[in-house]
Amino acid sequence: MPEYSLSNQSEDGAMNDEDGSMSNIAAVAHHNRLTRQRIRSAWLFLAPILVLLALVAGWPLLRTIWFSFTDASFADLTVYSFIGFENYLSYEDGEWYGVLADQEWWGSVWNTLFFTVVSVSAELVLGTIVALTLNAKFPGRGLVRAAILIPWAIPTIVSAKMWGWMLHDQFGILNHMLQGIGLISEPLAWTANADLALWAVIMVDIWKTTPFMALLILASLQMLPSDCYEAAKVDGIHPVRVFFKVTVPLIMPAVMVAVTFRALDALRVFDLIYVLTSNSAETMSMSVYARQQLVSFQDVGMGSAASTLLFFMIALITIGYLCLGRRQMAGDN
Amino acid sequence: MTRSALRNPHRRYSFLSTRILKKRALQAGFLLLISAIVLFSVFPFYYAILTSLKSGPGLFEVSYWIESFDLGNYQAVVSRDSFVQSLFNSVLVSTLVVAVSLLFGLTAAYALGRIHFRGRGAVLIIVLSVSMFPQVAVLSGLFEVIRTLNLYNNPFGLVFSYTIFTLPFTVWVLTTFMKQLPKELEEAAIVDGATPWITLTKVMMPLMWPAMATTGLLAFIAAWNEFLFALTFTLTDAQRTVPVAIALISGNSQYELPWGIIMAASVIVTVPLVLLVLAFQRRIVSGLTAGAVKG
Amino acid sequence: MKLKALSQVASLAVFSSLSISQVQAATITISCGAVGAEFELCQEGTKAWSKKSGHEVQLVSTPNSSTERLSLYQQILSAGAKDIDVFQIDVVWPGMLQNHLLDLKPYTNGNEEQHFPSLIKNNTVEGRLVAMPWFTDAGVLYYRKDLLEKYNQEIPITWSQLTEVATRIQASERAAGQEKMWGFVWQGRAYEGLTCDALEWIYSHNGGTIISATGKIDIYNEQSVQALNTARDWVGSISPKGVLNYAEEEARGVFQGGNAVFMRNWPYAWSLAQADNSLIKDKVGVTALPKGSSDGNHAGTLGGWQLAVSKYSAHADLAADLVMYLTSYTEQKRRAIKGSYNPTIDALYKDEEVLAKAPFFGDLYSSFVNGVPRPSTVTGKHYSRVSSAFFNATHNVLSGKASAKKALKKLEKKLKRIGKGAWTL
Repeated sequence: MPEYSLSNQSEDGAMNDEDGSMSNIAAVAHHNRLTRQRIRSAWLFLAPILVLLALVAGWPLLRTIWFSFTDASFADLTVYSFIGFENYLSYEDGEWYGVLADQEWWGSVWNTLFFTVVSVSAELVLGTIVALTLNAKFPGRGLVRAAILIPWAIPTIVSAKMWGWMLHDQFGILNHMLQGIGLISEPLAWTANADLALWAVIMVDIWKTTPFMALLILASLQMLPSDCYEAAKVDGIHPVRVFFKVTVPLIMPAVMVAVTFRALDALRVFDLIYVLTSNSAETMSMSVYARQQLVSFQDVGMGSAASTLLFFMIALITIGYLCLGRRQMAGDN
Repeated sequence: MTRSALRNPHRRYSFLSTRILKKRALQAGFLLLISAIVLFSVFPFYYAILTSLKSGPGLFEVSYWIESFDLGNYQAVVSRDSFVQSLFNSVLVSTLVVAVSLLFGLTAAYALGRIHFRGRGAVLIIVLSVSMFPQVAVLSGLFEVIRTLNLYNNPFGLVFSYTIFTLPFTVWVLTTFMKQLPKELEEAAIVDGATPWITLTKVMMPLMWPAMATTGLLAFIAAWNEFLFALTFTLTDAQRTVPVAIALISGNSQYELPWGIIMAASVIVTVPLVLLVLAFQRRIVSGLTAGAVKG
Repeated sequence: MKLKALSQVASLAVFSSLSISQVQAATITISCGAVGAEFELCQEGTKAWSKKSGHEVQLVSTPNSSTERLSLYQQILSAGAKDIDVFQIDVVWPGMLQNHLLDLKPYTNGNEEQHFPSLIKNNTVEGRLVAMPWFTDAGVLYYRKDLLEKYNQEIPITWSQLTEVATRIQASERAAGQEKMWGFVWQGRAYEGLTCDALEWIYSHNGGTIISATGKIDIYNEQSVQALNTARDWVGSISPKGVLNYAEEEARGVFQGGNAVFMRNWPYAWSLAQADNSLIKDKVGVTALPKGSSDGNHAGTLGGWQLAVSKYSAHADLAADLVMYLTSYTEQKRRAIKGSYNPTIDALYKDEEVLAKAPFFGDLYSSFVNGVPRPSTVTGKHYSRVSSAFFNATHNVLSGKASAKKALKKLEKKLKRIGKGAWTL
């Protein structure tokens, strides 16, 4: 803003009489003072969250990164030494050591990425269907909307226990149902079988977070201008075509944000896998791996290295995704 | 089709009936879709209620309808003083988290949404990146901070640590809202010589209530549901919150799991949230929209 | 208005936290059990001590899952916190937590001689007695008396006999309409429980204890391969496939629902199976786990819990005194009678009152006293890593992802890597 008035002044400065330019300068000075005051209060207003975030997030993260370069152990946290990148990768006597040389770590990376991609895309598709359905007007819409929000409101630890109970191979209701309609002949061991367990986790995650996705999409659907649709209707364009040509591009930005937040969450998945599955190396996520190193193995160094890698991977994916999204949106414009 | 229908009155009649049929079929399909969605969403909760009303060996048998109505599990839960205490703690902690996040979120959002200054983008990125922190990565560091501040085994310690996930979200959504407010309002206040604090509380805040209600509710749900921090940062029954209390419910020995009681406790914990969601569903939808579409 | 309410809440909370810390100054805090009967038993015990000593005891309930409990303990102990004075610790933890625990030797008055020597040895790390045994556990075999009688079968002595009997009864019962009947349920989830189960299979086949007491890795051998192959063949035949995600309670759920002939579990399942609303009341027997072959061993993995005092305790003397009281003859006797917790004191297995309440204590005395210890003392703080490598390898064999031979070869290599410089080889 100040720059704007300054340039104004220089443009027609020659034509201004003494008086005008005087008041202009005074205005600029006043403006500058005001701006400075506002900037000062901006930092004042930001101070509480900056201090809070530094305490709850900044310092703990720096500490974790620091410990990832040491051989600290929970057995005695006061005694440790700096060992450089050994926790990440080191070579000794013809063998590679460290998190990056651990097959289990790469297995957990793969599991996490697989989980994220499959569950977030399924939630996207299902969420769109649910949103389109709820966007239609019908009696009792409010109630139905509230009903689909229930899974989201249930604490994760509770829903994981509930599903664990329903997925039980012997007295779980899901096997009972599937057997009842003849889809399977003998009960499936949902959470025991490593191949099924990841799918079971994905299913529960879809159940839990599709409402969130559906709501975001529904909200953006409701903000769409109705005239586009009426025009399309008059022109006799097929509804499916309308959906892909009109609706999808319009709701895209909102969907992108929803997908970003969901993906960030999914990459950090911990409690669902932890409570629901056997936590064998086959179904571990990156967070579960890090916690296992840290807590079960007491290896603060390795655990911190894994946590640090996890953090940087998420950051990288997010940055990449945001850049991609920005370019795409810029291209659309 | 139309032409042939015109030619023959009888055909025209049958055309109408197929159209009605088609419409009916569509309606039926739509109804079916809605039922399927509702069933999928609600069934696990319904099944939890069903399980909580059973006892003894009946627990290990599958049933689809409420066959027995045994409130014994609920009695067992409510009669535990520690459970009632943890309900109270959860309410206290969640409410305080909402208050703190809204207060600080609002001031931060005003700074970020209405004032242009160098470093604004950096602050926004920092806030966003905090929501990428894996909980595992900060847990033990946070434990030390909480001990240093003497907040261990204290509801305020939980309130403090929960800001790590409620603040970024609150700041993000409220900033978006703040940006949408018309410029003229604020300018008028500035011309009148109002300080930023007065501008925020007297001019902006009254317009922010809808957004604050939504973000507040979301923060409440997040705090109500949190488990890992609550487990690590509290020690005694008197200070614990509900999710931890549920996780710690056990039977008569180390290995026994009383499913009926756990389900009863889960239902008790979930009902207030379901009621909150029912009451606020319209608000949640509009709040999320603002945060998402513009964010 | 709002602010006022807020400040009231704040002052209330400050006040209450103050009052708590005032009480804490004169109390001993103990972590024992979670909620339920275990908690009550502990409370009764501490109350008796309070009466005797005049000091208060505060109980804190900790997570039921031992992994969760361990992580909580680690957070508290590694921060040097005084919040808990007395810790209830698992039999495999002394090596891991020893840095934070007090040497109890000066407080015992020689009473440790009364307890099982295996446990005292387990709890002694580098010459320091870091914990006192509180109650012990060992894996046992539960069987359905009524079904064995019905089909005229003997109680199995070896694993192959068990397989045979289980197969027969399962087939006959299923043919008779009991479609959900299984032969044998156990703990197959990839967790500490599988380490216990698999150690029993291997040890009963004379395959060693993964790592010997002197630190030698001994897992890649004929007997171990044979033991794991036997177990792998159960999955899907006499054991449901879901057994690979069963912990203790899942197995008990199937057995107590009347849907299994045999179950491997800890003694806790006994009183539950004999409860009034149990479907299998008076139809259950308990015996030692089978041998690998006629020249093998009956092996039950040693479990159970110890009491330890934190090095950071502000009242170490009082805390140690409480531990001595809770692990004493009288208190262990009370717990054995009231909650069928296995005493760690030899003499209690000959006590009439105890035997009247839990007859199998006498029958299985040798299982309890000769419980097979997991290699936790020798591996110390690396035990979890060793155990995790072991149960993951076993889980891979059971789920058919790898052959026993390959998996154990790989495990041996992995253990060598973990052990490098960690314990004497």
